[in-house]
Amino acid sequence: MAARGGTAAEPKPAHAAGAAISAPARAGRWLGPIALVALIAFALALPAFVSGFRLYQFTQVLIYAIALLGLNMLTGFNGQISLGHGAFYGIGAYTAAIMMDRWNVSYVWTIPTAGLICLIVGFLFGRPALRLEGLYLALATFSLALAVPQVLKYFEEWTGGSQGIVLTKPMAPFGLKLTEDQWVYLFTLGVTLVLFALAWNLLRGRVGRALVAIRDNHIAAEAMGINNALYKSVTFGVSAAYTGIAGALSALAVAFVAPDTFNVFLSITLLTGIVIGGFATISGAIWGALFIQFVPNWAQDISKAAPWAIFGLFLIGFMYVMPRGIAGFLHMLWIRLSRSAVGRGKGR
Amino acid sequence: MSALLEVSDLEAQYGWTRVLHGLSFAVENGQITTILGANGAGKTTTLRAVCQMVKTSGQVRFDGQRIDGKSTEDIVRLGIAHTPEGRGTFVELSVEENLRLGAYARRHRRALAEDYEKIYEYFPVLAQRRRQQAGTLSGGEQQMLAVARALMSRPRLLLLDEPSLGLAPLVVREIFRIVRTINEYERVSVLLVEQNAAIALDLAHHAYLLETGRVVMSGPAAEMKKDDAIRRSYLGY
Amino acid sequence: MDILIQQVVSGLATGGIYASLALALVMIYQATDVVNFAQGEMAMFSTYLAWSMLQAGLPYWVAFSATVTIAFVGGLLLERIVIRPVEGAPVLTIVIVTLGLLVIFNSVAGWIYSYIQKPFPSPFPSTPIKIGNVVFGAHDLGAIGITLLVLVLLFLFFRFTTLGLAMRAAAQNPVSSRLCGIRVSWMLGLGWGLAAAFGAVAGMMVAPVVFLDPNMMGGIQLYAFAAATVGGFSSPVGAVVGGILVGVTENLVGTYVSFIGTELKLTVALAMIIIVLLVRPTGLFGRTVVKRV
Repeated sequence: MAARGGTAAEPKPAHAAGAAISAPARAGRWLGPIALVALIAFALALPAFVSGFRLYQFTQVLIYAIALLGLNMLTGFNGQISLGHGAFYGIGAYTAAIMMDRWNVSYVWTIPTAGLICLIVGFLFGRPALRLEGLYLALATFSLALAVPQVLKYFEEWTGGSQGIVLTKPMAPFGLKLTEDQWVYLFTLGVTLVLFALAWNLLRGRVGRALVAIRDNHIAAEAMGINNALYKSVTFGVSAAYTGIAGALSALAVAFVAPDTFNVFLSITLLTGIVIGGFATISGAIWGALFIQFVPNWAQDISKAAPWAIFGLFLIGFMYVMPRGIAGFLHMLWIRLSRSAVGRGKGR
Repeated sequence: MSALLEVSDLEAQYGWTRVLHGLSFAVENGQITTILGANGAGKTTTLRAVCQMVKTSGQVRFDGQRIDGKSTEDIVRLGIAHTPEGRGTFVELSVEENLRLGAYARRHRRALAEDYEKIYEYFPVLAQRRRQQAGTLSGGEQQMLAVARALMSRPRLLLLDEPSLGLAPLVVREIFRIVRTINEYERVSVLLVEQNAAIALDLAHHAYLLETGRVVMSGPAAEMKKDDAIRRSYLGY
Repeated sequence: MDILIQQVVSGLATGGIYASLALALVMIYQATDVVNFAQGEMAMFSTYLAWSMLQAGLPYWVAFSATVTIAFVGGLLLERIVIRPVEGAPVLTIVIVTLGLLVIFNSVAGWIYSYIQKPFPSPFPSTPIKIGNVVFGAHDLGAIGITLLVLVLLFLFFRFTTLGLAMRAAAQNPVSSRLCGIRVSWMLGLGWGLAAAFGAVAGMMVAPVVFLDPNMMGGIQLYAFAAATVGGFSSPVGAVVGGILVGVTENLVGTYVSFIGTELKLTVALAMIIIVLLVRPTGLFGRTVVKRV
């Protein structure tokens, strides 16, 4: 894509162009953090404005965002296709539910435990999956997604079979005057912020570059001294852990788990989320989460089946016209805008 | 004599890289024409451009008819057979199936049985290996199969890409002998691309010399052979 | 012993259905290096079309033939319209597009026909057939017969017709095929058409057993994946053998291994897939393809 400014502008002395570039670039450097602070402030203030079901929906957006971030690490950054992340989401949810319901453990502890269990399960699944290239990994994970609800139903004494487990929503601690929904929202927000900060640190640096290198050319990556096997299986583990934590949070937020919630369509939902949000981006997780939470709600008014038809159309449509998702599109838009700003600056 | 294939101002590119820069040449009806040049001169690309397998601009006329802009499949159906670089045999299919595929696009199927006979006469080795998987043939046999498959379409023009590549001198001589026979008796015109200039000039009637995507010299093969520059750079004596 | 034979036969019947669907998957995989995740849902949708025609009062075999024809044309159009734009794109892109098709077919079927299970008739008599002491379901035997017939037809088509040969050639070496005058992209379309037609037959054979509903193919597609994986994605013969192996194993394990029963059947398929992929990723009949980097 040729920048409009670049082609239109006359060649100018280097220092003039440099000065022109620095103005929008400086704005760009500040825009990110400002937007981030504004976003966090908005998220913190949200319970003051919305309540009840609406607030629950936003809790669910945060939960999805965590799960999508996890899936995106694996599929977007590292190029390992997973069509079965709904399984890890389910394992996380059941870990939390069983701990709270059967063993009376405090909900706070269920979150790290779900993460740890999914880390281990993911790592173990990722270990043999190392040998599977693209399509075969897609197949294996897809099969996992198809099989998990049955397994959950099978271990009935633990999981409550197809009836599932009903939980009670956690109360706000320290005598805070918050409703349960508000507290679950804030708790989830806290976990989300921590996990996003961690992922940001991880993915923006050496590790992120290593993951992308493995995705784009694993042989060259190996030659550069990246331990492919270790990176790939650890990524699988961490990715599963994120998604598992999201699952555990969803058990708290919904206060109910049932095996058929974690079917193959949940996995496809998560995949839709990262397609819409944008592969290999961090902010894409939030766009994707907003999409998969709110679009089905609106679509449901048309028909019970409509949300899925719309997901399908969006999946295919995005592959055709916006393969880098909303985040990729916005990024491109931003680059264009700042370039044309440069062009104007130069033209003056 | 009229030109069977007439190419003017041919340009071709892979992605952003232009490989051919305004090439013009012709193949006379009934003749063998060769394009010589070093590695990377654009010989293979020229053949691919004639068949529209790469992005091209410029005019290509076959038998007076414009064929640039047509699809490869349609060009083949008009009577141009292409034996690509690396032979392009269907390694998992049998020799006979390869030949059947060669005849896939032809209109008159009546003489088909006759043509099998003729092909097996030209290439007795293939007759022996009729039911064998093409991938199990030796390099020379595979090259023969590639030429045979091309002939099965009853072409008027045969494009041959480096038939000598990786083959023993004896085998190369055999293949070139067959090409000459086919040219003489079947009246198939040939456009041959070769790195081995000596053998190509022996076979061809007319030759073009290609350097970095441009024709730098052309003339009757016999005269080209005597040229000092050609002798020094391409014939090595 | 009698129960064993009975179970094997009913395993053969379901195995034949898995084999058909697996073969459909393999055909598309061979032509385009893509696994069509929507294969099962396409079969389900075709079966609903057949149901509509039967409701309208058409005789069974008329509806059957019409459905197969419509499925063929539909598959061909899908390839031309939906898959063509992403031909040659990365695996992930194509997987996502076929998943998109999967959810679209599933939801449109639910939209039109609702999610309530419907009975689907079998063209075969409901009276069981008794040979010696062993009782066979007529539908099981009929399904085996139909599957065999279709397999033989397909084999003859690919082995002896020029079009079949051209399709095989196009799958193996598209560049050389083009140089033979074969219209390669149409061959891919034909492959999708045939696969869809095949799937439709499988759908109509399985629907009397599992009942018709938009999610009926979920488990069956998993078995078809298992069948294709066991046999090897590069081998049509493997897909058939794999399908039968999976069908018989499923039935025997379900009957004789008590802790699995019917509740963990899908998990057995998952285990089969993972074990085969780990021990012998090319499957029993597959060849190793060396890829250039």
